[in-house]
Order: sequence, then C-alpha cells, then structure tokens
Amino acid sequence: MSGAITDAHADHIEHDDHGPTKGWRRWLYATNHKDIGTMYLLLSLVMFFVGGSMALIIRSELFTPGLQFVDPAFFNQMTTMHALIMVFGAVMPAFVGLANWMIPLMIGAPDMALPRMNNWSFWILPVAFGILASTLFMPGGAPASGWTMYPPLVLQTGDAFPFLIFSVHLMGLSSIMGAINVIVTIINMRAPDMSLLKMPMFVWTWLITAYLLIAVMPVLAGAVTMLLTDQFFGTSFFLAAGGGDPVMFQHIFWFFGHPEVYIMILPAFGVVSEIIPTFSRKPLFGHDSMVYAASSIAFLSFIVWAHHMFTVGMPLTGQMFFMFATMLIAVPTGVKVFNWMATMWRGSMTFETPMLFSLGFLFLFTIGGFSGLMLAIAPADIQYHDSYFVVAHFHYVLVPGSIFALMAAVYYWMPKWTGHFYNESLGKLHFWLSTIFVNVTFFPMHFLGLAGMPRRIPDYSTQFTDFNSIASVGAIGFGLSQLLFVYVVYQCARKKGEVASQAVWDNPRGLEWTVPSPAPYHTFATPPKISSDAAFS
Amino acid sequence: MDHAEDHYYVPHESHWPIVGSAGLLFLMIGVSVWLNGADAGFWIMMTGVAIVIFMLIGWFGQVIGESEGGRYNAQVDMSFRMGMFWFIFSEVMFFSAFFGALFYARNMAVPWLGGESNNFFTNLLIWGDFESTWPTNGPGNLGGEFEVMGPFGLPLINTAILLTSSVTVTIAHHALIHGQRNLLKVFLAATFILGFIFVFLQAEEYIEAYQHMNLTLSSGIYGSTFFMLTGFHGMHVTIGAIMLTIIWLRVMKGHFTADRHFAFEATAWYWHFVDVVWVGLYVFVYWM
Repeated sequence: MSGAITDAHADHIEHDDHGPTKGWRRWLYATNHKDIGTMYLLLSLVMFFVGGSMALIIRSELFTPGLQFVDPAFFNQMTTMHALIMVFGAVMPAFVGLANWMIPLMIGAPDMALPRMNNWSFWILPVAFGILASTLFMPGGAPASGWTMYPPLVLQTGDAFPFLIFSVHLMGLSSIMGAINVIVTIINMRAPDMSLLKMPMFVWTWLITAYLLIAVMPVLAGAVTMLLTDQFFGTSFFLAAGGGDPVMFQHIFWFFGHPEVYIMILPAFGVVSEIIPTFSRKPLFGHDSMVYAASSIAFLSFIVWAHHMFTVGMPLTGQMFFMFATMLIAVPTGVKVFNWMATMWRGSMTFETPMLFSLGFLFLFTIGGFSGLMLAIAPADIQYHDSYFVVAHFHYVLVPGSIFALMAAVYYWMPKWTGHFYNESLGKLHFWLSTIFVNVTFFPMHFLGLAGMPRRIPDYSTQFTDFNSIASVGAIGFGLSQLLFVYVVYQCARKKGEVASQAVWDNPRGLEWTVPSPAPYHTFATPPKISSDAAFS
Repeated sequence: MDHAEDHYYVPHESHWPIVGSAGLLFLMIGVSVWLNGADAGFWIMMTGVAIVIFMLIGWFGQVIGESEGGRYNAQVDMSFRMGMFWFIFSEVMFFSAFFGALFYARNMAVPWLGGESNNFFTNLLIWGDFESTWPTNGPGNLGGEFEVMGPFGLPLINTAILLTSSVTVTIAHHALIHGQRNLLKVFLAATFILGFIFVFLQAEEYIEAYQHMNLTLSSGIYGSTFFMLTGFHGMHVTIGAIMLTIIWLRVMKGHFTADRHFAFEATAWYWHFVDVVWVGLYVFVYWM
C-alpha cells in the first residue's frame, strides 16, 4: 500500500508543523482532530468506569435475593444512569473519538472539515454529563425511569427532571454537530483519487452512522421536549385525558432508539472490517457488499422500531410488519458475518490482541444477534419482554459487541497514536479475562430471563439466586479486568513499549499506515496522491 | 502556517467553543432551576443567554473576518455548504417529530380513545361519552371549550407573506449574482421585513387565541400540537429573520461577491426551509 503513495508529503509536514500549543489551551481551545479525538476517548474511558461502577452496584444488590445494599429507588436510579452514561457517555463518544483520530488519516485529509465546531461537539459533553451526574445529589434523586424515559413514570422524577431533559438535549446537540463534521469531512475532504467505493470500511460505516445520527437525534430532542412541555407547560402529548397517548412517546422514542442501536454497532463493524484483513493478511472479502449491507441495515433501522413495543398494544398488522422487517435485518448482518469469515478463509492468520478482540466480537456479537432474532418474533417476545433475556441480548451486542470492537480499535491503532506498542502479553490477558467474565456475567441472564426474572427489579424470587450470583461474580471480574486495560493504555501512552514502525503491523492496508508513528501533529497538509489501482481496505 | 489558496484552512485554536459550552451550562442549569420554581434560575438563564449571544457574535465575527480576508478556498466553502445542508436536514427531522405526533394523535390516539380498532372497552369503561373528532382537547375536555384556528384570516395572510418573502429573497439572490447591489439591498430588506411582519402577526394570532378563543397550550392534544408546531416554526422564522438582517447589514458594508456569498445562500436555504415547514403547517394544522 505504501508504494502507492507517490507524494513525499512527509517532508511537507515538517514545514507546516507548528506542534501543539503548550498547557491547558491545547485542550480547551483544541482544533486539532487528534487532540479532540484523544479527549473524546479519555472522556469515554472515564464514563465507562463511572457507568461500570453503577453496574457493579446493581450486580452487588442482585448477588443474593432480598434488599441488602441499596433501596429500590436508588437501584432504579442506578439502572437508568448506568444506561444513559454507557450509551451517550461511553460508547458513542468513544466511536466519535476514533472517527476524529482515524477518518482524516484514512482519507488523507489535513483535519476534520469544521475544526472549531469539532471542539464544541466535544466540550458540550462534559457539560451534559456534569449536569446529568449532578442529579444524583438532588432532592428526589437522579432519574429512575429507565433510560427510555417513558411517561407517565418519568414525569414522577423529582428536581432532576428538567436537568435530565436538557442534558439529553446537549448530548444530541453534540452528536449532531459531530455527525455533520464526519459527513462533511468524508464527502469533501477525501484525497482526490479516493472514490466512495475505495473508502476504507471504517470510514464507510461512519458515513452511514453519521447520517443516522443527524436523522434521529433531533427526533429524540423532539420527544424529550414534549416530555418537558407536558410536565411544565400543560401540553398533553402523552396524556390520554387530553387526547394524547403515552404509547406515542414510545413510538417517537424508538424511532430514535432503534437507529441509535445501529449508531453504536455500525462503527464497530467498521473497526472489525479493518482489523480482520490485517491479521488475515488478505484484503477484506466483499468490500462493496459490506457497503451495501451496512446501508441496508441503516435503511431497515428506520422501519423496525416498534419491535421494542410488542407488548404495549398495537394493531396486528403493525406487529406483523415490525416482526418481519426486524427479521430482515438478519440478511445484511449475515452478509457481514459471512464476509468476515471469508476474509479469514485461508489467510495467514496471527492472533495479536486486536485480532483476538475482533474474533471475540465476531463470535459473541453473533450470539447477541441470534437472541435478537428470537426477540423479533412477536408472539415469543410477549414472553421475553422486559425479562433478563432482553438484558442478556442487548448486553451481548453492546459489551462483547461495541465495547470489544472499541478495545480492538484501541489496541490496533494505539501504536500509530503513540509510536509504541502496548504490552502484548497483558493485552492478551486483558482479552481472555474480558471474554471469560463477559460470558460469566451475561450468559446466565439468558436462563434467568427464560425462567421469568423481570429486569429493573432490585429483588427476586429465590430460585433465581444461583445464576444471579454467578452473573455478579462475572461482573466484578469484568470490571476489575478493565483496570488492566487502563494500565496497558497508560504504559503505552508513556511510551514504555517497543517502538512501532510506520506500518506498525505486517503490511496493513490504508493511508493511516503511510504516516510516521506516532502520527505527526499535522498530517496530509497536502492531499496524498494515490495510484488509481490502490484499494484501501 | 501557509495559508495559500490551495491549502485547506485549519484554524490554529479557538476559544469560542468553550465560551459557548460555558453559556450552555448556565443556560441549561438556569432554565432547569427556574422550572423547578426558584427565581434565581431566571438570572442564571439570562447569564447563559448573554454568554451564548456573546459567543455567537464573536465566533461569527471571526469567521466573517477570515472569509473577507480571503482565507477560505473553494473546498472550505464547500464544507460550509454541506454543513448547512445537513444542519437543515437535522431541523427537518426535529419538526418531523412534532408532525409525527400530530399525525399519530389524529389518526390513532384519538380514534382509539373513541373506541376504534379493538378499543371498544377502553372507550366504554373509561371514556364512555367521548366521541372521536378533530380538533379535540381530549375526553377530559382539558382547558375547557375552545375555538379552532381556521385556515382563513391571519394564517392565510401569513402564508402569502412568507411565500412572497421566498420570492423576494430569490430576487435578491439573482441581483447579487448579477451585481445589482441596489436591487439586492431593497429586496433583501423586503425579505426580512416580511419575516418580522410574519412574526408580529403570529404573535397577534396567539394573543387572539389566548384572549378570545380560549385556545391555549393546555387545550388538549389540539392545543399542544398547534402551539408547539407553530411556536417552534415562529422561533425559526425569528432566527431566520435575524440572520437575514445580519446578511443585509453585511451587504450594506459591501460584503459578498457574485461568486462568493456562502452566508447569503445558507441564509436563503434556511429561509426556504422555514417556508416549506410553514406550507406543511398551513395544510396539516390550519386547513385539514
């Protein structure tokens, strides 16, 4: 791949390279995509531990039946805040951080298209999460209605209510601006010879994700605005006495919520599509079909939302439509899984940490996909609904799905960021501990759900004890294993590991491997020239 | 850094975003505290508003300065255009949520409360005397009897005003392209004046609704959808008219050339967008 670059842009960078500003201004006033990417990643790491601690409070309470550590109201606050923080604070910003770091490097752009707006997208997030976290200390406590904020329950929130609404508004504002930046960067800033179908899969999946974000975050803003006016200004959107309908909130929320699910997984698909070819030493199998599959998934994500609501009451035709449309998603997803396997087929594979996490993703995400297919069946879902089976399902797609892909991405690109390798043995240990404990945590939840244990309840019937205890042990193990990740990242950032070459891995494809390691502060000040037959992914 | 024409302009650093975040922090905390019943919230909110306005003036001022200083090449211009397009798309989706609520309430929620589909017993046992009609303030008759805002009178005049303003802004655009600066000034001024007249008449309509028709935000689902849709639209018209005014002031200062006038076009797009939303409102809220 590097042979395809005919322009000695590395020389150019030296003239242009101002290097970072010194001190706090570098971060507060940042316009550099690498600095902003780093801030996103660090914020999401912090949020990962904050949200994770809340999960551990939940799991501690559920270790045995009965109430031991927290009262039910606080338990509900924990489930709500855990979800909001993990979705909006950990997973989404982490992928935006990767997009910031990697998209300009992968398409040969000097920076993101709108660097100042990029800064604002990031710096809104600490405000949003500061406001959200402050609700824990308010009269009435933090929001306890579940992250889905269904009325009328959410309207019983105490003083935290308007803070919840406005923090969601701010998260949306940040996401929309970030997504606009990603789309404009990808469409307008590619190296001149990089046609759309030559783009790396990570860039492609982010293009589609950004489109989804711009399409649905405003809808969430609309939904929570209606909650706000229902609460404070006398409207009756969700009040039957006024001709409204609480179920309408669920429709509007899930019109956002389902694409949101793909917002959290499509960039993960992109990451895995970068890593598996590198460690199989083969190009990605079916690059174009991957693009079409991701686009199909995005399209379908807009017409399946009511499968989250099979039990709330809707016409039979609606149930049928949403059931079949949902099952249809298995087709493009199957294309992707097939392509990843075909990429590995007869490849000369090695199993460095990023590859291990990608393979873990492949196996475990697919389990989550299968349980999703079970949940899609409307008559069966009436049994599964709001049980631990649902909890098991979405944690399988989010933890060994999105989070594993994020871990894989960090291990894969960190040598490019820091110029040094991480500690491979510790990385592998981190993978194996994470994989074992994630299954110990979430697999028993399938059984609990099928046996009838409801979600979001701090106490349970005694026959559920064994599996709950196992899950709690797994959760604590998983949480502690992530401290290892922090240590590995810290050591790598301190440049303790082996020096990484420019290509880092064994002849990986993509423009990011044609700049030095660590990537200079400014890259591609002039766009790289690319030979016409070069493929990027 | 080299700022030659063939280089994409990457600003070195900016303090405006963090000022904006500080403004939003005060604004959101202030509104929340105020809604929770503490008067101090109002002043925190106003502090936030002031900081946000300060940020907007500073940030846009800087960008205008850079633009007039010739720092933006065609590629930067294209980034701004795409950014504006996708921003407007996000606004369309925001309005979609409220239009969606209107359609859902009219075609599903209200008929179901009246016993349609499989809701016979819901109607019989909970809202026995409720018949599904539109407009409605629901089976609870929330807010009491009200009059409906019909499609004629002020709304029709407002439709004409907004459609006319879309024509005048297009004439202004053509005048700009053909270098007819005086025509440009006149028709751009006409556009924002029409915009402010629309906002004024909309305020009159609200006063009429509240004082004489007993049509309020609390008039059930009809009042909710009517005021939220027209209210957010009116807010957007106000913002658009302010944008047009600023563009007009820039024209008066001699900004923009026949082939470089992104800010003018962005504002015109935004103006057409609020116009299209209004047509949707007129058809679905006032007329049908």
